[in-house]
Amino acid sequence: MATGIKDKVVILGMGCSKFGERWNCGTEHLVSEAFQEALQDAGIEKRQIEAAWFGSALDKANVGNSAIPLSTALRLEGIPVTRVENMCATGTEALRGAVYAVAAGAVDIALAIGAEKLKDTGYGGLPVQTKGTLNDLVMPYSSAPAGFAQLAAGYRARYGVSRDELKRAIGRVSWKSHQNGAKNPKAHLQKEVDIDTILNAPLIADPLGLFDCCGVSDGSACAIVTTPDIARGLGKRDLVTIKALQLSLSSGRDTGTAGWDGSYVRNTRIAAKKAYEEAGIKNPRKELSMMEVHDCFSITELVTMEDLGVSEDGGAVRDVMDGFFDADGGVPCQIDGGLKCFGHPIGASGLRMAYENYLQLLGRADRRQLKNPTCGLSHNLGGVPYSGVAAISILGLLAH
Amino acid sequence: MPEIGIKSYGACIPRLRMDRASIAAAHAWSLPSLKAAGKGERSFCNWDEDSITMGVEATRACLASGSKQRIGSLIFASTTPPFADLPNASVIVNASGLSSSTATLDTGGSLRAGVSALIRALRSQEDSDVVIVAADDRRAKPGSAQEMQYGCGALALRLGTGETVARFVGSASSASSFADHFRAEGEKYDYHWEERWVRDEGHLKIIPESVERLFSENGVSADSIDYLCMPATIPGAAAAVAKRLKIKPEAVVDNLASKCGDTGAAHGLMMLAVALERAAPGQKILVIGFGGGCDALLFETTEAIRGYKPASSVSAALARGVTDKNYTKLLSFTGEIDLDWGMRSETDAKTALTQLYRAQDQVISFIGGRCSDCGAIQFPPLVACVNCGSIKALTPYPLADELAKVATFTADWLMFYPAPPLYVGLVQFDNGARVLMEMVDVDPAKLDVGSALRMVFRIKEKDGRRHFNRYFWKAAPI
Repeated sequence: MATGIKDKVVILGMGCSKFGERWNCGTEHLVSEAFQEALQDAGIEKRQIEAAWFGSALDKANVGNSAIPLSTALRLEGIPVTRVENMCATGTEALRGAVYAVAAGAVDIALAIGAEKLKDTGYGGLPVQTKGTLNDLVMPYSSAPAGFAQLAAGYRARYGVSRDELKRAIGRVSWKSHQNGAKNPKAHLQKEVDIDTILNAPLIADPLGLFDCCGVSDGSACAIVTTPDIARGLGKRDLVTIKALQLSLSSGRDTGTAGWDGSYVRNTRIAAKKAYEEAGIKNPRKELSMMEVHDCFSITELVTMEDLGVSEDGGAVRDVMDGFFDADGGVPCQIDGGLKCFGHPIGASGLRMAYENYLQLLGRADRRQLKNPTCGLSHNLGGVPYSGVAAISILGLLAH
Repeated sequence: MPEIGIKSYGACIPRLRMDRASIAAAHAWSLPSLKAAGKGERSFCNWDEDSITMGVEATRACLASGSKQRIGSLIFASTTPPFADLPNASVIVNASGLSSSTATLDTGGSLRAGVSALIRALRSQEDSDVVIVAADDRRAKPGSAQEMQYGCGALALRLGTGETVARFVGSASSASSFADHFRAEGEKYDYHWEERWVRDEGHLKIIPESVERLFSENGVSADSIDYLCMPATIPGAAAAVAKRLKIKPEAVVDNLASKCGDTGAAHGLMMLAVALERAAPGQKILVIGFGGGCDALLFETTEAIRGYKPASSVSAALARGVTDKNYTKLLSFTGEIDLDWGMRSETDAKTALTQLYRAQDQVISFIGGRCSDCGAIQFPPLVACVNCGSIKALTPYPLADELAKVATFTADWLMFYPAPPLYVGLVQFDNGARVLMEMVDVDPAKLDVGSALRMVFRIKEKDGRRHFNRYFWKAAPI
């Protein structure tokens, strides 16, 4: 009988590059920046790393195929290095690979690192990509915001929310993230924005305007993981441990059958349920200290509050307007600015979320520091709401 | 010999109509004389419509009322076929849900190709029914008179014996080197000679000769003609021909200039359909095809015309029009101007022909599958059922004629799309299937979750390098 991942693996060190338009940095510079910080934080030598997982989502825009670009950039010699890709959940996938390897006892110390260089395309937004030879023949070439904007149509229809009311609520989601991002020196966008600017911005995919969409950034984040015993042996006292790591992927049901009404993301609900079970969380609204969720678009964050069971179904608009997810609210969400302001270098994002949870749990989040957090959740969503991948990791402090 | 005739028909005129005054206004600085022609509107193809897609729509409308069995062949007539070498007619057969054993023929080379094809089919002794579908997406040089006069559209006719709405009486043809206009191979535009010469030496001499021969061979008098269907963009040409032939002036069928424009190879058939729409039983319809000679053919309506209602008549197709005053839209869709669509438009749209052929039932015929275990209807039909996961073979299930509703949608302003915004969303079929689809011909004020949709065959993507356009199905509000 499987016992789950809870408390089997701890984070020895983490690093995160500055996110943003890193015109003068290639992927090799970004991974190095995150890696050096993590190595220093872990207090180990590079040669102690026995295996690595590299998350890189867009091979054509980033460094190409395979994990060789990483092993070359970091000069990882003679160890297994694996490239993983699962759309926007790629960063969490890299973490999962490293964590599972340590939990299996295959290695003592493993590296998870994700990076994306998105600002070499020449235009804003994500690079346009092929979807495969068959999909290109039958699937519309819609953008990422168009995929998630459909949640707004479904949500409005289900809960009878007017377009204006929903627009105002998702606008406030972005407003809050800008408030938080302004306090984060590593964030891509460090500027507060007033609500009217947000609401009146040009439409990208109805009802999403420019400020409902996250930053497209260059960046890298990384984690070095090991067992609790090894960490203690290396002199670590406060240990941040993996409480849960769960993933759920679409089978085509929501795009192919009548069941889904467009008001929620099935994968998030499934992954959350399993993650809470794995972590032993019964009431997420009470037990979670903070959340870093996949706010690729403001509507995604709003719906995710319900999918994670923090808001009741149909209750996210009220919670958002009440400030429940603000820095001083019941469960602060996107305290580091989120994808919205920290930025979204795809392969790095899952690890960047874990990074903020890690910093907060260890009391190292400077101006953003929350009061005595004990448990932080991060949530990645790849693909589109009706066909995608949800990844959830929960970090907590290991009991002494 | 059983009498052959027309059993059904269907029209397609693209929804977009360019306001001619807007064309004239754009040219006013250089060609002020166009102002006189700047009245009414002309049809033009959306970026994703062409002679094949219009032909498919017309064929589907033509066949909506009857069984698709017993159709042995389909002839496609066009002077603007998307493919110079690749049977356009085969695409139409596959997309219209006709049997793959249908014989096809592509014809063109003249504006009278549609009428000529009609004569050939009526004079051949086929055991099974024939579909004639004519379509043109006419192109004209900006600032030309033709830019005002031309339109686009398609008309399909089902021919056969048995229950016909109009029986074929007879035909007469002639061949001549009279070049009122021409278009050389590889050229974009037609070249026209002086209208007065075309009328006096062409229409008024070449047409009457064939028609009089037709009358005498069939013992028909000119005053018995109830409808004269003669396409011509020269004002008054058909009336002059009627007068010369002593056909009553009220028999002249309007050439649709004010609402549609001239649809080329389809136009003779389009006007025939207008006559059929109005005709009572026992009336005579004379159809003319002109150019490099003449085709004249005569029909007489039957009792069955009384009860026949086409799925898409010409007047219904005309009524669906939406006026557009953005002249640059016409220019952009016809490739006359190359707008800066940005870097997102730079992707390569090369089609894997192997993949297309593997999936032709899905892509061209829009055939999904029905699970033999749980009954779920689905698209695309993969190996395992989307609902229950069974790997028993799915039964083919056509979706093209199934009705659906909007489940989710958005207007995408980010992605490159030649007619922004791109409307996209999950389309919920009434039969349970659900497909993520592009939505077209949208009225933004009316589109919402629950809006009713029908399926239309369109260009999915244009390959600017190899010019092999991808076709697929899209959802259009009803």
